[in-house]
Amino acid sequence: MSKYLVNLKINNMPISVEEGTTILEAAKMLNFKIPTLCNHPDLTVAGNCRVCVVEVKGARLLAASCATPVSEGMEVFTNSEKVRISRKHIVELLLSEHNADCTKCFKNGHCELQDLSSEYRIGDHVFLDMVKEESKIQDISSPSIIKDDSKCIRCQRCVRTCTELQGVSALAVVKKGDHQKISTFLNKPLHEVVCTNCGQCINRCPTGALTERNYIEEVWNAIYDPSKFVVVQTAPATRVALGEDLGIPVGQRVTGKMVAALKKLGINKVLDTDFTADLTIMEEGTELLTRLKRALVDKDETVVLPMMTSCSPGWIKFQEHMYPELLDNLSTCKSPQQMFGAVAKTYYADKINIKAQDMIVVSIMPCVAKKFECERPEMRDSGYQDVDYVLTTRELAMMIKQAGIDFDKLNDEHYDSILGESSGAAVIFGATGGVMEAALRTAYEIVTGREVPFTNLNIKPVRGMEGIKEASIKIKNVKPEWSFLEGVELNVAIAHGLANARQLMEKVKSGEAAYHFIEIMGCPGGCLGGGGQPIPTSPEIRKKRAEAIYSEDADMPIRKSHENPEVVEIYKDFLTEPLGHKSHDLLHTHYKPRKRY
Amino acid sequence: MEKTLKKVDIIFEIDDKQSPLSILEKTIKRSPDEIILDLIDSGLKGRGGAGFPTGLKWKFARNEDSETKYIICNADEGEPGTFKDREIIDRVPDKILTGMAICGYVVGAKEGFIYLRGEYNFLLKNLQKRVDDYNLGMKKLNFDFTIAIKSGSGAYVCGEESALFESMEGKRGEPRNKPPYPTVAGYNSKPTVINNVETLVYTSMICRMGPEQFKALGTSDSRGSKVFSVSGDTPISGIYELELGMPLNDFVNEFGDGDTKAVQVGGASGHCVPRKKFNDTIIGFEGIPTGGSMMIFNSSRSMYNVLHDYLEFFTEESCGQCTPCRVGCQQLLKGIEAVKRGERPPAYLDDLKKLTGTMKIAAKCGLGQSVGNPFNSIIDNFREEIIY
Amino acid sequence: MSTTEALVKELVEKNGKTRNSLMPVLQGIVQNERYLSEEALLSVARELDLSAADVYGTASFYTFLDTVPRGKNIIRVCKTITCHMKGKDEIVNSLCNALKIKVGETTHDNKFTLLTANCLGWCHKGPVMLINDEVYPDLTPQKALEIIEEYAKVAQ
Ligand SMILES: Cc1cc2nc3c(=O)[nH]c(=O)nc-3n(C[C@H](O)[C@H](O)[C@H](O)COP(=O)(O)O)c2cc1C
Ligand code: SF4
Ligand code: SF4
Ligand code: SF4
Ligand code: SF4
Ligand code: FES
Ligand code: FES
Repeated sequence: MSKYLVNLKINNMPISVEEGTTILEAAKMLNFKIPTLCNHPDLTVAGNCRVCVVEVKGARLLAASCATPVSEGMEVFTNSEKVRISRKHIVELLLSEHNADCTKCFKNGHCELQDLSSEYRIGDHVFLDMVKEESKIQDISSPSIIKDDSKCIRCQRCVRTCTELQGVSALAVVKKGDHQKISTFLNKPLHEVVCTNCGQCINRCPTGALTERNYIEEVWNAIYDPSKFVVVQTAPATRVALGEDLGIPVGQRVTGKMVAALKKLGINKVLDTDFTADLTIMEEGTELLTRLKRALVDKDETVVLPMMTSCSPGWIKFQEHMYPELLDNLSTCKSPQQMFGAVAKTYYADKINIKAQDMIVVSIMPCVAKKFECERPEMRDSGYQDVDYVLTTRELAMMIKQAGIDFDKLNDEHYDSILGESSGAAVIFGATGGVMEAALRTAYEIVTGREVPFTNLNIKPVRGMEGIKEASIKIKNVKPEWSFLEGVELNVAIAHGLANARQLMEKVKSGEAAYHFIEIMGCPGGCLGGGGQPIPTSPEIRKKRAEAIYSEDADMPIRKSHENPEVVEIYKDFLTEPLGHKSHDLLHTHYKPRKRY
Repeated sequence: MEKTLKKVDIIFEIDDKQSPLSILEKTIKRSPDEIILDLIDSGLKGRGGAGFPTGLKWKFARNEDSETKYIICNADEGEPGTFKDREIIDRVPDKILTGMAICGYVVGAKEGFIYLRGEYNFLLKNLQKRVDDYNLGMKKLNFDFTIAIKSGSGAYVCGEESALFESMEGKRGEPRNKPPYPTVAGYNSKPTVINNVETLVYTSMICRMGPEQFKALGTSDSRGSKVFSVSGDTPISGIYELELGMPLNDFVNEFGDGDTKAVQVGGASGHCVPRKKFNDTIIGFEGIPTGGSMMIFNSSRSMYNVLHDYLEFFTEESCGQCTPCRVGCQQLLKGIEAVKRGERPPAYLDDLKKLTGTMKIAAKCGLGQSVGNPFNSIIDNFREEIIY
Repeated sequence: MSTTEALVKELVEKNGKTRNSLMPVLQGIVQNERYLSEEALLSVARELDLSAADVYGTASFYTFLDTVPRGKNIIRVCKTITCHMKGKDEIVNSLCNALKIKVGETTHDNKFTLLTANCLGWCHKGPVMLINDEVYPDLTPQKALEIIEEYAKVAQ
């Protein structure tokens, strides 16, 4: 159905746009910038902050441009006297109920409210201070997230994120009038409610009201401590986003610069989570094939299918709260970050002759849920906390800035060895569908002895930003030992963002769809859209990061996890075989049901 | 056309010969378009405050193409100083139900709801019975329309139409963005006519007596009569149906206690008129429109207290979602306190007046937009009382 | 099943298992239990398949949907302008003295909670108060005390 064109004028410039376009969007097309706060490209329209008001000729009221569709003959002014005065008042009002101690604020320099107030030169505004004392008590109960109500402007972006994108609704708007605020069920601390620690709310909070719990100082201290040997692992998605916080355009890969920067910071060994991503594929792929064998050959009725991926700690906690009855569907594999920690403090520590207790494992992650994950009591299989600190991509960018490193000018460097080698299959873990693709590349080859039947190994059907993707692969001409899989149609599904995950789980529960394997990533777009990635985020930004990931994969000499030589070596030297005894001890875990209500 | 105060008896009149249900029976023999024309001709405007022409509203809803449409009677009456809807519901509920049913007939809706404020729960039992009887009556007429009651739970802003829909949908009563307007997307996102209790009674009365008799009352801008809730410093507080368009002076002469200093017309969100302007103030859409609340203050009253009370009311009852209203109300309230205590100079009141200018045009709904009415009219006319 | 859970189930049955039923369900609980306990909120969330935070967020918007414990009888004295002018302060004071509580508190025997409310729609007969759903206009301090004495007797 073609849409009508609507003619209007903005600041006297004519434009024709499709019916249903908002004034804000139309103004953008003409390059008129209108400030916004509550509006976000990932979320439904709220229209509550009112900073985007514009004047429409003949109208009694100003219009919220983000929420008002254009109409024929409309004449809009984005910077009239009325508009300017109102906008300034609104920013002043927001600041009057805001604990604006910017110098102490984690978001200092990255804050939409701060930007706006500096744009409008709001110095000593006249209004009375309305900050409530009790709002200054921060919620620091979560190992991942800090919530500071005194910095909240009630734009409700977090609430919409948690509800619309994540289907969790841990956050809600509560009370009304001057008591209205963003809170949880009965105002309980975050760690007592269904929050998954995904951090998506942080990514969309325009101010410092929601931030990650940061461990920058702890990591500096470890670096400076001569008795500590600091090992860093970097997650796949960090290398396609870190640059955004350091003045490099969106979508540019900075793998080599990131490694160089980490070395400059004084990290002893810079290693790669991609290595354990490959290891994950070996373990998880074998687990899948084993489950299929038990189901198809042994007719074992206790086997639980579909198997579901377990790399995303936000997703894991979601499942523990929302679908505890489906916990056995989860792969028992730890996430690559935790596999890394466990291997680093055992196998690797031995190899390089460092005592595990002297080793500090730091993760650079696109994720804030990983901060929670590393503190889970199950994650101490080395005898110590396997991963000591998790930094977000954003925190790493801050450290690089603190160290005075001119990031753009750095020459590329290589990861240290061992535990630094990886494959293209590991890199694509960072995008939705990536784990699936990586698993298929390996599993198909194990079973048939041939490469997956897709051009350049690119399994296109599992890629892309659709909320839920489904694909089937027919397995033919298998090796004799896998004869039970001959002719089997392998059904897989992929979801990213927990709201989509919820939909998929409902399908699984209702038995409506018979899948063998499901990949879920807690964050929209997968880890590349993780809660720890540079802010802002939008569908466009995530698309560019995904493109970067797939081109990184294409450029890698090794594209399949089972061909990673260090992976081959660790099985030979240490683990013996996937799902073997050692693997079981170090690389696998279990889950615990949590309360949904 | 100078009008004088005239008492009228349309709303509460009990007609022994013609029951409200028989008005419905008679009216649905006519075509919906004819009824709309009559309503437009009558000049009836909404009695809930905003004053939108009722006939037009029904016409818009009728023109919408939708299987499902709804009729809602707004009985959330929360404006301080207003209590006429309660009285109407108590005394002539069937007339309201008739208005709703006619509206359903006209726009093509099968379901109607009365949103009754929680403070009026004591009316529920009786009203439910009347609704049940009326539903039965409609069934007997083979007229496909059902009415149900929904209750509020103590939130003034839920009287705002889109907040009311949100509340009926089980959500927080936060007003929505407009457009879309209710006649396009209201309750359950379906075309909805929402009218005030009193408006609906007038529609049924206009259907009974024809537009002429209604039109003969009032002025060209303000046709007909309206029910007033009179309270404050008056020896005869209560409910009065009066012709629209009278000068406030007449009103004060009738209802004042001889020492009237000011009248707040239109409730907390309305305007405060001081004695010196009684003569020039017309009660109606051409002057000061009112949902019916008339609060009379005599010279013993402190206008600071009056304004303070209003601002406290808005600060608490704002839904809290939009910046100009949530923070603006707090600033106005704390602001006059600060001036009173001498912590801010009197000129700060002018800063606050400018702020109400922003609230008036930038707040999301009528609540925030109208806080400036009492604020400016009281500050302008009683500035010394606020400062000293 | 606790009585609260049973009540919630019954209310959901009666009103339908949709979000649109949330208000009547919450109102029904308050009618029976005077306030929304944690248990009640959780079972509503479960029954209507909503998040607990969402249910709490909605309930806390409405003045009459209390989420803190309330006494058997909830007194709400109108505090808005006309009632203010007509002496609501005296009413509140005499109730405070008689019940030995402040506004917002509940008596030790759990019989009364004293609250104030915005305009109750009886401005021509102020001061006025609601006790539960019943309305008492044209109050004097004396009258107010007599009324609560009646309630105290019944509550025994
Ligand atoms: C804050 C606020 C409260 C309102 N409260 C009521 C009310 O209690 N009753 C009412 O009929 N209209 C109320 N209105 C007006 C309604 O939004 C709406 O305009 C009205 O119900 C339409 O009916 P009418 O055209 O018959 O007047 C309120 C508006 C606002 C902004
Ligand atoms: S949230 Fe923004 S404006 Fe507020 S203190 Fe932090 S940096 Fe400053
Ligand atoms: S971290 Fe995720 S689950 Fe937790 S409140 Fe934020 S968006 Fe919701
Ligand atoms: S916490 Fe952040 S995102 Fe949420 S309402 Fe406050 S400012 Fe907006
Ligand atoms: S004006 Fe007030 S009541 Fe209306 S939407 Fe804004 S905050 Fe809510
Ligand atoms: S950005 Fe439009 S109202 Fe907030
Ligand atoms: S002011 Fe008390 S009932 Fe209206």
